Amino acid sequence: MSEFISKITPNQPVFEDNDPQDELITLNIGPTHPATHGVFQNVVQIDGERIVSGVSTIGYIHRAFEKIAEHRPFYQITPLTDRLNYCSAPINNMGWHMTVEKLLKIEIPKRVQYMRVIIMELARIADHIICNGILGVDTGAFSGFLYVMQEREFIYEIFEEICGARLTTNIGRIGGFERDFNAIAFEKIREFLKRYPPVLQEFEELFVRNRIFIERTSGVAAVTAEDALDYGWSGPILRATGVDYDIRVQNPYCSYDEFDFDVPVGTTGDVYDRFMVRNAEMWQSLRIIEQALDKIEKEPKGVFHAEVPDFYLPPKEQVYTNMEALIYHFKIVMGEVDTPKAEVYHAVEGANGELGFYLIHDGGRSPYRLHFRRPSFVNYQMFAPMSAGMLISDAIINMSSLNVIAGELDA
Amino acid sequence: MVNSFLLDKLEENFPTKIQEIPDAHDLLTVIVDKEDLIEVLRFLKSNSELQFIHLTDITAVHYPHLEKEFAVVYHIHSLVHNIRIRVKVFLQGPNPEIPTATVVWKGANWMERETFDFFGVNFIGHPDLRRILNVDDMEVFPMRKEYPLEDPNRVDKKDLYFGR
Repeated sequence: MSEFISKITPNQPVFEDNDPQDELITLNIGPTHPATHGVFQNVVQIDGERIVSGVSTIGYIHRAFEKIAEHRPFYQITPLTDRLNYCSAPINNMGWHMTVEKLLKIEIPKRVQYMRVIIMELARIADHIICNGILGVDTGAFSGFLYVMQEREFIYEIFEEICGARLTTNIGRIGGFERDFNAIAFEKIREFLKRYPPVLQEFEELFVRNRIFIERTSGVAAVTAEDALDYGWSGPILRATGVDYDIRVQNPYCSYDEFDFDVPVGTTGDVYDRFMVRNAEMWQSLRIIEQALDKIEKEPKGVFHAEVPDFYLPPKEQVYTNMEALIYHFKIVMGEVDTPKAEVYHAVEGANGELGFYLIHDGGRSPYRLHFRRPSFVNYQMFAPMSAGMLISDAIINMSSLNVIAGELDA
Repeated sequence: MVNSFLLDKLEENFPTKIQEIPDAHDLLTVIVDKEDLIEVLRFLKSNSELQFIHLTDITAVHYPHLEKEFAVVYHIHSLVHNIRIRVKVFLQGPNPEIPTATVVWKGANWMERETFDFFGVNFIGHPDLRRILNVDDMEVFPMRKEYPLEDPNRVDKKDLYFGR
């Protein structure tokens, strides 16, 4: 102790070249910070409260989806796709099966397409509920998050009614669904259409004219349309900048062209606009589901898959009792059926943007190469460059408005 | 706009440099040389009749049986005319090199880093070519076909035993 003290002389200030007043401080936001909503890291240099520069590090939960997919037949890849964007798993799921159907040139009955539309729009609502709710939490408004969470639970109840699972639904099959929506499921979807609008209305009113919310979000992280396109953005955050790009309209799948809905766009591309675009999209999704329910009633009942016995799994009760069905089940699951050689790219409008599947098939039992184009991965790369000059609290809000889902970011 | 118009347009501006893959399933797919790549991408983006402003995706494929064993694949989308194109560039292994597309779209940055991370494709001129999803001190490029996922001694999953 005395040795140490003797080293400090009055003429030598200890903090001479380490003055906190004029030095940049390195701050780690993440990997497991509550504000990141997932496992990824941002190392930022801050000058007081202001971020000077930053570096994003991702890959903490990388699970090698693409490599695993090269070793699995189509049906065994389905559960992997569920875990991409786990807030809206059915969209990934349907997107994957649509890609396989494009490869195999399978035509899907109209009723199945409408069923898919319902599922995907419900998933989109569930995803936007989370994103906008969390954005509220990050600006200090916890109650909105709690109000709408009950409705998300109700959507999960609908999923549970349809397929037995809530989060990672595994809901699709090549050619359609594993089973039909039962009467209770339809009832619940109708009930959801009735009970959700007042809740959404209330949720909107909590924020839209709330002075704190407006001042925290408007003008924050505003992105021009040129920048957004240059960085390959898609989905609600691109539409918030004013670009009217929605795959459901541009490259319609599942008969989206028959539906009457608007594509909400923003003007300034700031956090407030992103919130508003997502909110408006939920209203449009409700419209779409309502139309889909009406359309389903006009279609013949009980059709829930295409007649493709080579690819559609036989019903479980037959698999357990009938040898033929068991053999077929085995052949399909193990990829023993003939498949064409082809390269396809199929994109669906995920909750975060363009979710694309690039599938190269050489006729073997599993894809030769499968690549997921994940919207979060592409959207998030702008975060670090755009954070420079922002306050830390603004950067946090910006991050939640980008809706970064770690499963989709890392794949 | 239809694929044939797009192909004509490309062939008109780049005679002998564009090669079409005729049996592409859904999108117009063209092969270009790596020397011409940036020129073609710039043309696709800036030509007023085409306007491929949205770089959707960059990835790579490993074909170990081919002489040029790596293909870098670009998916580009013209939002204005609502048409997509796939551009493929075949590269010689085992240390393939290709000019970076970040000079055309900034969004190519992470897509190229991912491609480098998994396939070892070196994007010349990339501002920050580091691994992105895997750990920094990894020495292999795991998506190459020489790294099988499962035990190679397992015979029950080989196509040959199922008559294919």
